[in-house]
Amino acid sequence: MTNPIADVLISETVLVTGTNTTENHPIFANYLKEAVLKHGTKILVIDPRRIDLVDYAELYLQPKPGSDIAWINGLMHIIVKEGWAAQEYIDERCEGFAEFAENLKKFTPEYVSGVTGLNEDELYAAAKLYGQAAPASILYAMGITQHTSGTDNVKSLGNLAMLCGNMGIPGGGVNPLRGQNNVQGACDMGGLPNVYTGYQTVDNEDVRAKFAKAWGLETEALDAVPGLKLTEMFPAAAEGKIKAMYIMGENPLVSDPDLTHIEHCVEALDFFVVQDIFLTETAQKADVVLPGVSFAEKDGTFVNSERIVQRIRKALTIAGEAREDRDIIAQISTRMGYEMNYENAAAIMKEINEVTPSYGGITYDRLENGGLAWPCPDTDHPGTPILHVDKFARGKGLFFAIEHQPPAEECDKEYPFVLTTGRVLAHFHTGTMTRKGVGLNKVHPEIKAEINPEDAARLGVVADDLLTIASRRGSIEVKAMLSDRPAAGVVFVPFHFHEIAVNRLTNAALDPVAKIPEYKVCAVKVEKA
Amino acid sequence: MVTLTIDGKEVTVPQGTTILEAARSVDIKIPTLCYHDRMSPIGSCRMCVVEIEGFAHPMAACTTPVEDGIEVATISDRLTRIRQDSLKLILVNHPLDCPVCDKGGECLLQDLTYEFGIDQVEYSAAKVDRDSQYASPLIRYWPDRCIMCLRCVTACQEIKGIGAISVKGDGYGAQVVTVDADKCQSCGECLQVCPTGALTEDLSRYKGRTWLIERVPTTCTYCGCGCQLELNVQAGRVMAVTAQDGVGVNQGSLCVKGRFGYEFINSDERLTTPLIKKNGKFEEASWDEALTLVADKFSAIKAEHGPGAIGGLTSARCSNEENYLFQKFMRAAVGTNNVDHCARL
Repeated sequence: MTNPIADVLISETVLVTGTNTTENHPIFANYLKEAVLKHGTKILVIDPRRIDLVDYAELYLQPKPGSDIAWINGLMHIIVKEGWAAQEYIDERCEGFAEFAENLKKFTPEYVSGVTGLNEDELYAAAKLYGQAAPASILYAMGITQHTSGTDNVKSLGNLAMLCGNMGIPGGGVNPLRGQNNVQGACDMGGLPNVYTGYQTVDNEDVRAKFAKAWGLETEALDAVPGLKLTEMFPAAAEGKIKAMYIMGENPLVSDPDLTHIEHCVEALDFFVVQDIFLTETAQKADVVLPGVSFAEKDGTFVNSERIVQRIRKALTIAGEAREDRDIIAQISTRMGYEMNYENAAAIMKEINEVTPSYGGITYDRLENGGLAWPCPDTDHPGTPILHVDKFARGKGLFFAIEHQPPAEECDKEYPFVLTTGRVLAHFHTGTMTRKGVGLNKVHPEIKAEINPEDAARLGVVADDLLTIASRRGSIEVKAMLSDRPAAGVVFVPFHFHEIAVNRLTNAALDPVAKIPEYKVCAVKVEKA
Repeated sequence: MVTLTIDGKEVTVPQGTTILEAARSVDIKIPTLCYHDRMSPIGSCRMCVVEIEGFAHPMAACTTPVEDGIEVATISDRLTRIRQDSLKLILVNHPLDCPVCDKGGECLLQDLTYEFGIDQVEYSAAKVDRDSQYASPLIRYWPDRCIMCLRCVTACQEIKGIGAISVKGDGYGAQVVTVDADKCQSCGECLQVCPTGALTEDLSRYKGRTWLIERVPTTCTYCGCGCQLELNVQAGRVMAVTAQDGVGVNQGSLCVKGRFGYEFINSDERLTTPLIKKNGKFEEASWDEALTLVADKFSAIKAEHGPGAIGGLTSARCSNEENYLFQKFMRAAVGTNNVDHCARL
């Protein structure tokens, strides 16, 4: 996020899109409700699902899944035409505006209405609600990114924020809500194929030289070419290019798209190691399973959506021989001839401080007094709650001219429904944690597919009837829940349930840049089972 | 700004400040029970009564705004008697079943009863049968312990903006009822603010006494909000999760996963030993055997096919320090940039 969560309390308008905030980020949703109820903030929800937050919204638009670029460009077309753009801000702080504005011309309300299914009045009202507000914030999550156009969807939201002068100011910004406790940290720490910690690129020789020195290696020992992304590794395994995999704390055999294909890829591996706290569906396929420990059994840090680094603390020891993950990694490394030896988690953070400019001042001592938002270059620095203040990180904010592109798989006669996937309030990701106890299963005991009552009536389906949902890749049987959350022609199925794994149906088509799969749109047929 | 005197101490505060807030700003403690920092004043318990010079009747400090020049007394024999009487009336509605109450040891009512030396209650009332049904299956409502302070109802409405619970009846017969169970998110905000044991966490009932529990502050392991919470640990088990008011982005609130999603930590299904698959079946192995096998296999594959034939997935579940080590391992020990995680999933 460019801005703190609490900033929505001072936003005049908050555009909420592709985030089912009340279920997936409930505490953030508290702030949104408080903003509406106590501070007069107006919420604009634009989402293919009629999420619960709509009850608090000033305006709700329900576009067709996969039409995000069209409606974002459509709003910007109206904002420019009506003279609501922050021209002074654009001239002073941004570049690329002329080409961008030229591209907007064809996104007339009439054209956009045809692509998105939204009517022209709705588009105008939404453009006004965001375009005339100062400041206005944008919140999004995987509903924006999990598309073959995910990168362009995000860039489009960036365009919208810059167009109205909302970047780098309190109450503004473009704010992706991070879906997992430390997905921000895993990225910050270089758990990505193209960057070291703090987004220092692997193809930069100076960076490689710095890390080689810190790690006691020759610069040549470090690979200069970006590696494979997760969604590329599995297909590479099937092609025989990847022979071995080491997976720590992930369950791709439930979470990845087109599972049947992923299973085939994993089977092609010569050697497969999984490190986890449970014998997950992925661990079951491994040659070696290494027992790690949960967040409750170790010291360390997580980074939240706001880029705030916060402590986790060891609270107990679990019986058995499970070991801290850092010990396991260090042991394997040492046995492979590259010695790693750290006394504790704080010693690792010290090394992170040394090699990562944005983490230079984030020490365990300081974290005892609360979290710190990076960039925090030195120990006197207070942290940076808002990014891009006064000037953008790259200098000028760059506008992109972006074309609408349809989803990889569109509905046809045989597969007339759009399937979209996501989470429910009481469960998390592949259910490995939330489905283990009694409590959360009491609240949400079983998987159900949300289907619009209009479709249900047409199919002769009532609540709890079994549906067969099939795509070109697979088929599942799942109970129906009649709900006006999805529009007619759209079904929603959560992905927490391995025994009815919706990812047997999803499409592994990827965004060309981010290589994120199109979980939010694939074509399916729906029948009464 | 408004200047007043509280217990002889001069205080200057903004217009609109309540007497309670003004007193707290100069560290004068007025007893409270229904008052909660995160909610607008409820004014149901009468514990915070103060005397104002020139006014015949004592006033509730939590709901009375300051006025210029007033002289406030927070301590007097009369106020002590009023507070004692208020407590006695509350205790008519509240059995002293502290020995079997999960809240025993950190109950605000217990503390006040002790502080005001209430050793007997002269009043009594016929027992009313009350409905213990509650909005969430994870929270138990003990209607006989409920003192109708209305913190829970106010929190559900004001902090969460939900309104799943309300009050039915009045006077002695009043009780908290569920108005819309479908609206309830099982977030436990009501549980968090309950000053007595009228609401208890139903996953950990009778599992531990509060004074034996260690509360370890940490960060939630679910979504990216990064809520600050406390693992309540006793004898190597997590018994409950609580949050401190005013701490972190969540300011004391949690969601259903953060508050109740802790059972996996002590699950019997946790992996406790390394496993090696032999002839299609897992067999338990020693660490030495497992680590040597992994290191040897990776080294052999690296030697034969190059470092690029190995791929690693680090984890958004794990800590920064672990992610750092994992990518360092892939880059420095294996020699490849084939490292990623589930940011996209």
